[in-house]
Amino acid sequence: MKNITIQLETLSCPTCVAKIESALKKTNGVKDPSVLFNTSRVKLAYDEQLTSEESIKKIILKLGYASLSVTENAK
Amino acid sequence: MKKFSKKTLVIIVSILIAISYILHKTIAYHPVTITIMLVSTIIAGGPILRRAISALRYKIVGIDALVSIAVIGALIIGEYWEAAAVTFLFMIGDYLESRTLEKTRSSIKSLMDLAPDTARVRIDGVEQILSPQELKQGMILVIKPGERIAADGIVLEGSAYVDQASITGEPVPVFKEKDAHIFSGTIITSGYLIVEATQVGESTTFAKILHLVEEAQDAKAPTQKFIERFSRYYTPAIIALSIITYLITRDIKMALTFLVIACPGALVISVPVSIVAAIGSSAKNGILVKGGEAIEKLSRVQAVAFDKTGTLTEGKPSVVSLHAYGMGQEDVLKIAVIGETYSEHPLATAILKEAANRGVTTTKVPENPEYIQGKGVSFSFEGTSYFIGNRTLFEENGIDLTAALQDIHKEEHEKRTVVIIGTTERVIGLIAIADKLREEAFAVIKELKKLRIKKSVMFTGDSKGTAETVAHDLQLDEFLYELLPEHKVEAVKGLQKKHGSVAFVGDGINDAPSLATANVGIAIGAAGNDVAMETADVVLLGQKLGGLIDAIRISHMAVRNMKQNIFFAIGVAVILLIGVLLGGVTLSIGMLVHEISVLLVIINATRILRFAKRKKYTSL
Repeated sequence: MKNITIQLETLSCPTCVAKIESALKKTNGVKDPSVLFNTSRVKLAYDEQLTSEESIKKIILKLGYASLSVTENAK
Repeated sequence: MKKFSKKTLVIIVSILIAISYILHKTIAYHPVTITIMLVSTIIAGGPILRRAISALRYKIVGIDALVSIAVIGALIIGEYWEAAAVTFLFMIGDYLESRTLEKTRSSIKSLMDLAPDTARVRIDGVEQILSPQELKQGMILVIKPGERIAADGIVLEGSAYVDQASITGEPVPVFKEKDAHIFSGTIITSGYLIVEATQVGESTTFAKILHLVEEAQDAKAPTQKFIERFSRYYTPAIIALSIITYLITRDIKMALTFLVIACPGALVISVPVSIVAAIGSSAKNGILVKGGEAIEKLSRVQAVAFDKTGTLTEGKPSVVSLHAYGMGQEDVLKIAVIGETYSEHPLATAILKEAANRGVTTTKVPENPEYIQGKGVSFSFEGTSYFIGNRTLFEENGIDLTAALQDIHKEEHEKRTVVIIGTTERVIGLIAIADKLREEAFAVIKELKKLRIKKSVMFTGDSKGTAETVAHDLQLDEFLYELLPEHKVEAVKGLQKKHGSVAFVGDGINDAPSLATANVGIAIGAAGNDVAMETADVVLLGQKLGGLIDAIRISHMAVRNMKQNIFFAIGVAVILLIGVLLGGVTLSIGMLVHEISVLLVIINATRILRFAKRKKYTSL
């Protein structure tokens, strides 16, 4: 399991939060995704065997939001 | 598509829409007009449709889906202008919203910009520039005027005025010299310092504050959670209603318009924008508010409990009065300063500080100083022998205290510590020292009453008499005395039973349980005190109690702002709904009003930023 925070471009509507969150929840290998509206960030944990940073970023991009940077969270 | 920035796309679509509007009004639906409208619709609407489809794959029906259905519907029934206008308005609305949203977040961004980016360190006597990430504990930093300090540390050498506004919100630079603590992120305005780094990188107070502020922004207020739940069911419900509308009225235009106006955009954004603006402007004033819930709770506080020592008082001894017998006050003080030159006793520190405040300085030193444990000091100066100390010292040496006796009794009655100064023959002066009330305490209590706080209560370990005096001086409503630290939690609970929502204000030393028990825990002067920063809901980073007033006022403003936004958003939706049912509100007008309402909600939230700037109590 890897904990990461993805910085997105400015989120402008809170409904996109629900959208990204439920999409990630339905993604195999992703655990506890939470989208932070005010900071425009996504925090999640993922299983490296089942998915990758790249494919997570791709899912978010398809929903309309580009990822600017990814940082690994300290435990 | 990716080649164009959002801004370029907005401009292109705007031009196309302008052309279509003119053609629409002149040659009406001509193949050329329709083509231009279609191109515009595809450019502006393509991304919306794409997002809607990808969201549908995850079984999510959002605003994108509502708009997409409306636009496709409009195209099918030949309303090309409506389709083009709706997509254009949605696109430009989204663009303007993210621009104005950035403004509500600007205070927090500007806080982050205060992070230091370079550090000058001295390694083996050679100065070099490192990035703050490369710093290690124990490194020696050299900081010159205008430079930002890159780590928390202790001053080894030099003296300087340091602008600590980024941490405490206090605008006046603070003087720092040897052994003083300095914070990362603060700036030296004049002077220079050599500092040993004690905390670097993520462990500095500044980094911790930033982290807490970031977390706070998305710590959701209960109101926000409610609205999010609401909007989750709302969108599908609107689609159902739209279909029902069509089935009843057989008016496809009305059904489509219904989809667009029902977008809950303004409502869902109403709470988070107010919260982020409130947290940002608080942070700029040196106040850390831990999220929307803390703001809502703070706005509902009925009673405020203050810990006395360190909260209502300064928490360190200082000179409260000075009496002189047969010579000037300044002369007495000068002799006291000479006598205490080498002493590190807290009482001596208080005397030296008072002298500095009054501009009494001397470079003279005592001759043959002799320290008498627990009593005081004797020394000679310019041929005269002096004593400085307590009553016992003077009584044991048989020095007549008659001249000062009345004052001594009076000061002791006020629970002050009395330091007597005399020669071998007679008493020449006395200095009364106490833990002084903060100068702003009275004004803060008074201001609380104006803010509809029903009760101001003091907690103290002092005896009834002392507590009564303080409570009277500050015009507190209640006071609880002879409280042991472990009783404070019970006292907080008692107040909650009596008055409802209670805020506890403490300095975070020994009172973390009370901070946690109160509905809102407020820590004062907590920069650098990790426990207090973690436990409290509201952290006043500076040393001024006035921040409490700022925090409460901003919370009132923020909650009022949220309510305005929610009522406005619902009101607009209702009016549009009536407009659609009565006829007259078309698809594009519906979209226009909807987007304007979202923008107005965001602009309303930016008023919080201005409000906080206009009136400040931090420096009260």
